[in-house]
Amino acid sequence: MALALSVRGAVKRYGEITAVDHLDLEVPEGTCVGLLGPNGAGKSTTMKLLTAQAIADEGEIEVLGHTLPRDSKAARAEMGVTPQLDNLDTTLTVEQNLRVFAHLYRIPRAERRDAIERALDMARLGDRRDTRADKLSGGMRRRLLIARSLVHGPRLVLLDEPTVGLDPQVRQELWALIDALRAEGVSILMSTHYIEEAQRLADTVTIMAEGKAVASGRPSALVAQHVGREAVEVYGPPARLAEVEAQARADGFATRRTGTSVSVLGIENANGEAPEGERRPANLEDLFVMLTGEEAE
Amino acid sequence: MSATPAVARRSLGRLERPALRGVLVREVINFSSFWKSSAFSSTVEPTIYLLAFGFGFGSLVSRVAGYDYVEFVGTGTVATAVLFSSVFSAMFGSFVKYQFQRTYDAILAAPVDTEELVTAEALWIAVRAGVFGCAPLLVAMVFGLDPTPGMLLVPLIGFLTGYGWACFGIFIAAVLNSIDHFSYVTSTVVTPMFLTAGTFFPLSGLPEWAQVLGQFNPLHHCVELVRHAAFGFEGWTDLAHTGALVVFAIVTWRLSIHYMAKKLID
Repeated sequence: MALALSVRGAVKRYGEITAVDHLDLEVPEGTCVGLLGPNGAGKSTTMKLLTAQAIADEGEIEVLGHTLPRDSKAARAEMGVTPQLDNLDTTLTVEQNLRVFAHLYRIPRAERRDAIERALDMARLGDRRDTRADKLSGGMRRRLLIARSLVHGPRLVLLDEPTVGLDPQVRQELWALIDALRAEGVSILMSTHYIEEAQRLADTVTIMAEGKAVASGRPSALVAQHVGREAVEVYGPPARLAEVEAQARADGFATRRTGTSVSVLGIENANGEAPEGERRPANLEDLFVMLTGEEAE
Repeated sequence: MSATPAVARRSLGRLERPALRGVLVREVINFSSFWKSSAFSSTVEPTIYLLAFGFGFGSLVSRVAGYDYVEFVGTGTVATAVLFSSVFSAMFGSFVKYQFQRTYDAILAAPVDTEELVTAEALWIAVRAGVFGCAPLLVAMVFGLDPTPGMLLVPLIGFLTGYGWACFGIFIAAVLNSIDHFSYVTSTVVTPMFLTAGTFFPLSGLPEWAQVLGQFNPLHHCVELVRHAAFGFEGWTDLAHTGALVVFAIVTWRLSIHYMAKKLID
């Protein structure tokens, strides 16, 4: 399958800190790839490398057939970017915000109106076209940010933490929007630290920790490979949980704390050694915690 | 989602008109929401200077350097209006846009580079400076300044001067890390230049070293050009004044691009 973007051995250092450390990443055309990792894993820096707002110290980056950073401008003309931080023009209306970007993305005059209407429809903001951005709800502003990145009909969209800070209902609305985008064949790279978001939307995920890609592939395959098929969740007082944890580790099982419980992973091969508890299928969250050492959200 | 712009398949160059136009369109649309306050602050303050100095000193000094004092100050405060409407807009506006509103991040995610962004921002501020710079001249006309054909060039002089000061402001916004530090620049650079531009008194009355320093003040060249536009051009002298403003504009333009790129591109 042709690649919408590929990153090979990218390194980005800020002084002593290596934000991106020999990262390999691919987004096949027409797929949604989730870039999953805890805060500070290097996801946003990776996104900046892809728009040439950060220049890699090492490695090769190609976006839609353009080599970065040399041809980054041509690449940016063909892709859309939804930033993590809201940078809408707050005193402008919804339609004015889209019109500005229709100009910035060089949409010819004859096609500009249709392009804006299409973006408004996609983000379901048609009835809010004359509302100032600062009068919109958080969810609507985020939809406008996504619409802004789609106004020129990009082949590739970079979504940097598209639902961060939003309530669950609004998040689901945005998922529907992203899913519709994927159904249209747009290639998507979506960074997130929400496991459920990656699980629902991404065809494949790349898990990042400390600037490195620690695993890449289909979520189910990665879970099976690294965690196993089943986990058992044991509840109890802290002393009991510590005891279960110690025993499981002594028996060679991986464990993770899940709030008020301990999950013992890969127990399908336990042969009766598994502790008493609630059995459940292993999931992406187990994988995430195992590989990054961070609690998932 | 297949309406990929035709522009994408060819290599994109530097300082492209569509990119400049895109940034300018953003500025123009935004300006429609705050033009009243911007026009007010950019024109009223110099006009107050004009009225205060014109009538205050004008009652004590009737003629300066061969001109009626109101004419002298009326033409001089054009430069003040140009300075106020360009350097402060550029300093504060650029800082807010990249630091707080993250507007520049949004623009640079589109097919626009830092050179185009800075150039278009400065162009728009310069256009405004050229227009707002005419306000004191119009007020001075009410108080007796005779209109002359040369005054039609004042918006262009204001534009050229404003471009340099806009780039200077963007450069300052790029090199300083806190908006609070702008007061250092205002106190040590902008205010002294504003007071020693020959706006309110001729530089010929200052010590020789101050007169020499005055030749390095871009605002002084603006003041001289505006006066000569109003009362008669002086050939090579005015060409030298124009040259000084062009050099100022080019140097600050390149500095602002270089430092803003360092700020915006990691």
